[in-house]
Amino acid sequence: MEILNNLALGFSIALSPYTLMLAVVGCFIGTIIGALPGLGPSNGVAILIPITFTLGLDATSALVLMTSVYYGAMYGGRISSILLNIPGDEPALMTTLDGYPMAKQGKAGNALVLSGVASFVGAFLATIGLLLLAPILARVAYLFGPAEYFALYLLAFCTLGGMASNNQAKAAIASCIGLGIAMIGLDNNSGLPRFTFGNLHLMDGIDFLVAIVGLFAIAEVFFFIEGHGKSSSIGVKLDKVTVPWREIYITRWTMLRASAVGFVAGILPGAGASLGSFLAYMSEKSIAGKDGGFGTGVPKGVAAPEAGNNAAAGGALVPMLTLGVPGSGTTAVLLALLMTLNITPGPTLFTDRPEVVWGLIASLLIANVVLLLMNVPMVKVFVRILQVPAWVLLPGVTMVSFVGIYSLSGSYFDLLLMVAFGVLGYVLRKLDVPTVPVILGILLGRHMEDALRRAMVIADGDLMYLFSSSISIGLWIAAVAGFVAPTFLRGVLTKPQRVTD
Amino acid sequence: MKSSFKKSIAAGVLLSVGFISNGNAAECIAPANPGGGWDFTCRTIGKIMHDIGAVDKPIQVTNMAGGGGGLAYGHVVTERSEDADLIVAASSATATRLAQNAYAGMTADQVRFVGAIGADPGVIVVGKDSEFQDLGQLLNAIKDDPSSVTFAGGSAVGGFDHLKPLMLLQRVGFDDITKVKYIGVDGGADAITQTVGGFTQAMTGDMSEIVGFLKSGDVRALAVLTEERVPGFDDIPTAKEQGFDVVAVNWRGLYIPKGVSDDTFNMWAERLQKVADSAEWKEAMVANGLAPFTKVGGDFQGYIDQVVGEVRQLSKDIGVIQ
Repeated sequence: MEILNNLALGFSIALSPYTLMLAVVGCFIGTIIGALPGLGPSNGVAILIPITFTLGLDATSALVLMTSVYYGAMYGGRISSILLNIPGDEPALMTTLDGYPMAKQGKAGNALVLSGVASFVGAFLATIGLLLLAPILARVAYLFGPAEYFALYLLAFCTLGGMASNNQAKAAIASCIGLGIAMIGLDNNSGLPRFTFGNLHLMDGIDFLVAIVGLFAIAEVFFFIEGHGKSSSIGVKLDKVTVPWREIYITRWTMLRASAVGFVAGILPGAGASLGSFLAYMSEKSIAGKDGGFGTGVPKGVAAPEAGNNAAAGGALVPMLTLGVPGSGTTAVLLALLMTLNITPGPTLFTDRPEVVWGLIASLLIANVVLLLMNVPMVKVFVRILQVPAWVLLPGVTMVSFVGIYSLSGSYFDLLLMVAFGVLGYVLRKLDVPTVPVILGILLGRHMEDALRRAMVIADGDLMYLFSSSISIGLWIAAVAGFVAPTFLRGVLTKPQRVTD
Repeated sequence: MKSSFKKSIAAGVLLSVGFISNGNAAECIAPANPGGGWDFTCRTIGKIMHDIGAVDKPIQVTNMAGGGGGLAYGHVVTERSEDADLIVAASSATATRLAQNAYAGMTADQVRFVGAIGADPGVIVVGKDSEFQDLGQLLNAIKDDPSSVTFAGGSAVGGFDHLKPLMLLQRVGFDDITKVKYIGVDGGADAITQTVGGFTQAMTGDMSEIVGFLKSGDVRALAVLTEERVPGFDDIPTAKEQGFDVVAVNWRGLYIPKGVSDDTFNMWAERLQKVADSAEWKEAMVANGLAPFTKVGGDFQGYIDQVVGEVRQLSKDIGVIQ
């Protein structure tokens, strides 16, 4: 009952014609920001913060606008993943795996509607989770130390090999390339730079967005130039856009499971939305098994990562609000916004400033409903993008990514780096090496190394420390039993297929 | 069909253009990603300057992350050295890195430090159930067995948070500094989480990072590293009164390019002083755990030079630099 009262308080603050209008505007801008490669949710929110000051918005209105942009960008990331095979932001990476093949089959409309619904389910469940459990879940962060984080990243890393269904060795090579790239930059545990060649631009390591835009968008342009646009989904004949009720129905359990996985990943500070969508996708893939057809354009492969990353976005708000620890780049920006509004998140926020917390939760729910209502009808508009001639569309998107990246760092070095990544992406795809594990290698590598080195500092180099808690042992068992063992035992369990020409 | 795409492009370009160049409004560079202390400095000081009418147009904030602030420093020194409409957020971290020569050979005299208008006092914190009741117990425990205590902090090894416990340990005559265990995590709140979780025994950071946790009772502050006790936190003893003469505050301030005229320098100093005197800033300081620390104008550069000298000596003593 108390929760309902609190929620009523929240809605009484967050629901007015003016804030509703802000929510609609925020959702729209957020969707576009998310869809444009090179402008992720965190930049989107950061760019818009000055606007809230210029407009002279009060704390609640500013929060409504920013959370709408945040959730909008999480929804929007999927659009370019599905239509162009270019992830709009890093959490939307996994959506390319099945979304783009679906678009190529002419089912772009279905993929977009389905992913929109999955996003809604993920975000909605996560907001409910936040509302019911936030104060309890905050304690979860206290249970994760370096050893536990290392085991978690290891679990994620072990699944990378299973990512490409045809050639696991190539997926492994790709993730090692990513790991190597992750080593560039200032080493947190000695304070010394590695592989930077004295270049200040490389001190903070490689930005994921630069790698993503390079490996996907620019490599796509190279392929387009080479193949004169033949292998692209652009210009694919489209089926009529209808609501794919059947596909929504068959993916209902996938959405629920993926939301749960994503939410848990989001709660852990330092894991974040990308890990959420990744773990959601990989766990659904292993549940579906070989016959699931993941990677070829199946509805479950679209629903899982989208439900996962949106749930993680909601989950990431738990440590942000209750501990002041941002679980992702975007929540770090939201945290900054709260602090500029003289609200300090932390363990006492829920009791000190209930109007802020419940106003925020109410505005999340509002944003979510607005996004669902806006995104499903807008699918028709999005799909039309594919009818824009490719020679306009691809350079256009790439140009916008350049501008986006430049606005992020204000230096041309990142642009050169992006082109270099484009060349790398082109070469890798020519060699049939998947590029998604490269990004995940970069994403996981840094955190995994940091966690391991911290654990070693604490334990004076005693390796047994890595197995010192039941959580880490559980994660190790899951990693070994679920993903490493099958690779080696496959020959024993099932007779390998004979290679025949 | 095409129009929707054009619209999205237009929106993107508009947003980006609006972000990059906004007429002749002044610009504040936060040399880090959004969300950190420098970002706070730019956004809060910029907002207040506009609110109190010290500047006509809202100051726009550019985030230029890279090299722990070195990228922005280099950018200002080499490309914007005469830009009168540019301010850059700075803090103790800026001085520390300059002292440790971490900005690729650039030195503190290549820009003009305008001033600082607030400081985040350094703190040493333990979990509420910790066996350590005061700073002396903690330091002596490390002296007896360095491996028994791990510090967590928000900066990398060799950074300001790491230096604080090392300075304290120097005072008790513990010289084997490399034996002190420290892990650098992603920000102060994360460092507290690790300490409350029992993975590390103590946290070294800034007052602003621990305010919420102090109120909730999850942590106890053993010492604050200021000259006198901090208003609002009067029950936290200083390290000095416990017999360890260490003062370490993380000041928040600004620098501007070297090549601007003295008039421009004075104009910014005046504006900064106005912010320091405003009720809005006092409110923001309280909300963010900042203590009063106002050094604006000519004498601030002298303070910076002194700090750089001290940190350089200390870093040599503890082996962070040669």
